[in-house]
Amino acid sequence: MQGILTIFRKEMEDYFSSIRFVLISALIVMVGVIIASMVGMTIREEVRGMAKPTLLFLYLFTSTGKLFSFTQFIGFFGPLIGIVLGFDAINRERASRTLGKLVSQPIYRDAIINAKFLAGVATIAVILVSIVLIISGLGVTLLGIVPGIEEVLRLVIYLLISLLYISFWLGISILFSVVFRNTSTSALAALALWIFSSFLVPLGAGFISDALAPVGETSGGEVEAVLKHEELQRAISLFSPTSLYGDATSTILDPMRKTARSVVLVGPLERISQERFQNPLPVGQSLSIVAPYVISLVALTLLCFGICYLVFMRQEIRTV
Amino acid sequence: MGGRPVIETEGLTKVYGSQIAVNKLTFSIMEGEIFGFLGPNGAGKTTTLLMLLGLTEPTSGKARVCGFDPAREGLRVKEKVGYLPENVGFYDDMNARQNLRFFARLNRVPERVSGPRIDALLEDVGLLGEATKKVGAFSKGMRQRLAIAEVLVKGPEVVFLDEPTVGLDPDGTNRMLDMIHSLSRDKGITVFLSSHLLDQVQRVCDRVGIMIKGNLVAAGHMDDLAREKLGIETEEFTLEEIYMKYFKEA
Repeated sequence: MQGILTIFRKEMEDYFSSIRFVLISALIVMVGVIIASMVGMTIREEVRGMAKPTLLFLYLFTSTGKLFSFTQFIGFFGPLIGIVLGFDAINRERASRTLGKLVSQPIYRDAIINAKFLAGVATIAVILVSIVLIISGLGVTLLGIVPGIEEVLRLVIYLLISLLYISFWLGISILFSVVFRNTSTSALAALALWIFSSFLVPLGAGFISDALAPVGETSGGEVEAVLKHEELQRAISLFSPTSLYGDATSTILDPMRKTARSVVLVGPLERISQERFQNPLPVGQSLSIVAPYVISLVALTLLCFGICYLVFMRQEIRTV
Repeated sequence: MGGRPVIETEGLTKVYGSQIAVNKLTFSIMEGEIFGFLGPNGAGKTTTLLMLLGLTEPTSGKARVCGFDPAREGLRVKEKVGYLPENVGFYDDMNARQNLRFFARLNRVPERVSGPRIDALLEDVGLLGEATKKVGAFSKGMRQRLAIAEVLVKGPEVVFLDEPTVGLDPDGTNRMLDMIHSLSRDKGITVFLSSHLLDQVQRVCDRVGIMIKGNLVAAGHMDDLAREKLGIETEEFTLEEIYMKYFKEA
């Protein structure tokens, strides 16, 4: 325990005094504030004169405004935070020849990697919590409304899922820093995987499902074919943590969303019954909708950290 | 110099693939002595050190360091042994004292003990004036002296020094050798010195072991080895002569 604590403390000191931390927080705070103020002003215009607007607060985070929403921004750039914080965790120690010294101290070898991972997670948590607090503060002043307990709860869940999502990328980049000796190689590998997961997987999912379950002239737009196509595409994109995260957070932050799917098949009777229940979902219900996504994210993060741990524990530490 | 063996190995062997890095090593080192571990590059010196520290598992054979088996009780061994690797590195953006404090904490040395101890060590290695300078700005000699202080910050019973004088200027080398000598003489610390700089080993070591191609070809007092190999009784020999003799035979 002492070993983990000592390394954790040192890593935190390193992070908070590093230029990369300052740069990445500055970027996120800047973008966050710009988006929030733009969206906030739009909302203020729209609700002027409305008697009792409801569920406004969360729009600060989900409304796309002119550019993109804050959640989309985190979904896209969040991985970059994880990668920037972790890509040189182990191979920097190797390059500066401090790893050999570290493992010859009376600490368990896993303390090194655990402490580095935890310090990264703590740093990400600090960044995320502060930006969400800044946006909320902006929202309170711009809109003049205070979020209710329900909304605060949703924000907290959103924060936790985001932390998990970025930690997954932290795990990936630490894994690459264990596998690759060169810091620039590990950074490039992590970036490549990020691009693959955010662009190519959704794109590939479209291609593959087009090929395997085509919707076109032959099927004549039959409901079953459309549905099959849709299911396949979703199944493939679930391998991308970016899609998992996007689906999970959009449902959590939008109480009006009752499913994470984009295409829902309803019959005429169901439609009527649905229209009678146009009320927002309680948090618990939203949470149960996204539970599978969150569990998949947890599994991916644990898997990634587990591989990283195994590789590191089995690696021969030679100072050569 | 006590009679208690601090390091003992028996048939210690390490095989990498088809290559035998260390072959059936058997020797022992007594408490408080300075043991010179000689051999050409790639003879298996560092591999032996790593096995004694529990950083690499031996393929076969046994070792005991301070009464513990490094392969199974690595943590206990690492508590007692200070290791100075070849080409040591530091956290360059921390200063000398911060580097030492970090390693004191990793060794669970309480702050009230480590504070005065760090100051005393910095004084010993002549770096007290530079204690708040970033290590990145240190010269090679200063870094090597800081490394000695760092090895001692845990209060070890044994220190393993891997090529501690490589790359130092003559003055730095002399200071380093004096420090190594005083470790054994003043503090009673057992020193395991791995090197291929023979004249330096001859100056400080009590006993030497010569390792060639994974085999320990000789171990003992230098006088005995000289008598045995060169047939001379006087002090008029250099370790290099003995070493070359063994090297040619191997």
